[in-house]
Amino acid sequence: MIKINKLYLFLIVIALVAPSLVYPVFLMKLLCFALFACAFNLLLGFVGLLSFGHAVFLGTGGYITGYLMLHTGLTPELGILAGTLGAGLLGAVYGKLAVKREGIYFAMVTLALAQLAFFFYLQAPFTGGEDGLQGVPRGALFGLIDLNDNFAMYYFVLAIFIFGFWLVQRTVHSPFGQILKAIRENEPRAVSLGYNVNDYKWVAFIISSALAGLAGSTKTLVFQLASLTDVHWHMSGEVVLMTLLGGMGTIFGPLVGAGVVISIQNMLSGGELGNYIHIIMGLIFIVCVLAFRSGIVGEFQKLVKKNFG
Amino acid sequence: MKGTVTYTIFASLGDVMATIFGINLFALSGQLLVGLINGSFYALLSLGLAIIFGLLKIINFAQGAMYMLGAFFAWMALNYMGINYWWALLLVPLAVGVLAILMERFLVRPIANEDHLYSLLLTFGVALVLQGLFTHFYGSSGLPYQIPAELKGGTKLPFMYLPNYRAWIIVSSLVVCFSTWWVIEKTKLGAYLRAGTENPQLMQGFGINVPLITTLTFGFGVALAAFAGVLAAPVYSVSPEMGSNILIVVFAIVVIGGMGSIGGAILTGLMMGVVEGLTKFFYPEASTTVIFLFMVIVLLVKPAGLFGKEA
Repeated sequence: MIKINKLYLFLIVIALVAPSLVYPVFLMKLLCFALFACAFNLLLGFVGLLSFGHAVFLGTGGYITGYLMLHTGLTPELGILAGTLGAGLLGAVYGKLAVKREGIYFAMVTLALAQLAFFFYLQAPFTGGEDGLQGVPRGALFGLIDLNDNFAMYYFVLAIFIFGFWLVQRTVHSPFGQILKAIRENEPRAVSLGYNVNDYKWVAFIISSALAGLAGSTKTLVFQLASLTDVHWHMSGEVVLMTLLGGMGTIFGPLVGAGVVISIQNMLSGGELGNYIHIIMGLIFIVCVLAFRSGIVGEFQKLVKKNFG
Repeated sequence: MKGTVTYTIFASLGDVMATIFGINLFALSGQLLVGLINGSFYALLSLGLAIIFGLLKIINFAQGAMYMLGAFFAWMALNYMGINYWWALLLVPLAVGVLAILMERFLVRPIANEDHLYSLLLTFGVALVLQGLFTHFYGSSGLPYQIPAELKGGTKLPFMYLPNYRAWIIVSSLVVCFSTWWVIEKTKLGAYLRAGTENPQLMQGFGINVPLITTLTFGFGVALAAFAGVLAAPVYSVSPEMGSNILIVVFAIVVIGGMGSIGGAILTGLMMGVVEGLTKFFYPEASTTVIFLFMVIVLLVKPAGLFGKEA
């Protein structure tokens, strides 16, 4: 236990000094996607539900925050709160529908529902269609701290990330989280113990989608942009990849996975290799599934257990 | 000159007839036709998915990419090797089927005993790679493919103009779908397939080579998608995106119909095509979303799907 606390402390110190060493916008992007992947991992890693349309919650959070910031002059914390609640609300509706089916069907239902929202956002007047919402103001936090400064923005994003990360941990280690794991391991048994399995899945879905919305809202403020890219099925595939690559069902897996995927994208974008991005993503998927199903963190844990355990 | 005049008279007569019920019958039947064509593609793709699911219990996320591959192979065969449409219609599904067999043997089978979500992710990866490769080499703008000379032109019916090629799409895909249904439901080979779906271990015990049947089934299911791709090449432009767009719709259709029955997959595909066509006529804004909305209704009313067997 003490060992883990030291690790957290170490990570927080790194996170605090990081912006002096690395471009803060890149770090903020990383934190947003890491939060998105953590939210997704709550569902895939701890309940065993593969949602293939999670981008819709990222995008919805982003659109709501973007629209409110552009047109009402809300302070950023309220804008983010609204985006998070909006995504959670959509998650409540979509989750209610999706938990009616299991396994592969669950994946197909969530993908189809996300596509429904994609076409809606494509046509709806308030999203700016193909252009998206541009020039979203970052505003001043609580009306006091100007977020146009990248450093201030970074620490704000870091605080949001730590909150989201903590909430996922809290959920996983609560009695509620234990039941979720029981559902993952043996659903018929959880049913026979008298748990209403669908309700538990539904609540987990709502938490996950609200956190994905939080990530999307924050991302919109960071880049001052909300666009269709965030609702596209490519984005849903990316978050699956991050979680799979990092290690699903592990605490730090999504963080590591997001770090690797975002770094690869950053290295490739702009250059000659930009065209290869989907090919490389696809290849990583194939290799992960064939040889590497526990992901980076999972394999590392196995290695430690084998040699030092 | 005289011919033109006669034609004009007939055309305006047709217009009068067409609007006599307050709605434009020409436009309506045109959209219905487009709906039936899309429905044919949906039926072929969801039939392939259902066959593969029956025996392997996996969903092939690369089914859309294979449809795209079918269209591209037809284009490449014509432009690089001079192979015409008719040969392509035969050879391309075979070639894509062989690729699928390799994919089953070397990628899907090693993880056959893992959670089936992994095979979904694996085939998703394959789809990304294929789409990425074709975007890289051919761009995303789309390539033209000529309608074969034999099927150019059309037939004038009293209420609409029916292009021959479109009629051909509907007829040929219906024939293929129905033959597949017949083979599976009525022949000995189909009986093996259905028995393998129910209990592969027992089948193996009877001395039937189940892994071979599984591999061939995967190849055939994918070949159906490639066949649809070749059929689609002359009506839609051949582009890397064509596969993923149609696949998500087909997923919704699979959820609507349920994968319990082969006939159900075909019927739901055609039906949803028509629903989409009608929506395009009466309320075009919803034409891209109507199938997804239909899925929501089915999930609320009959969660197992229209033809689903599970509880």
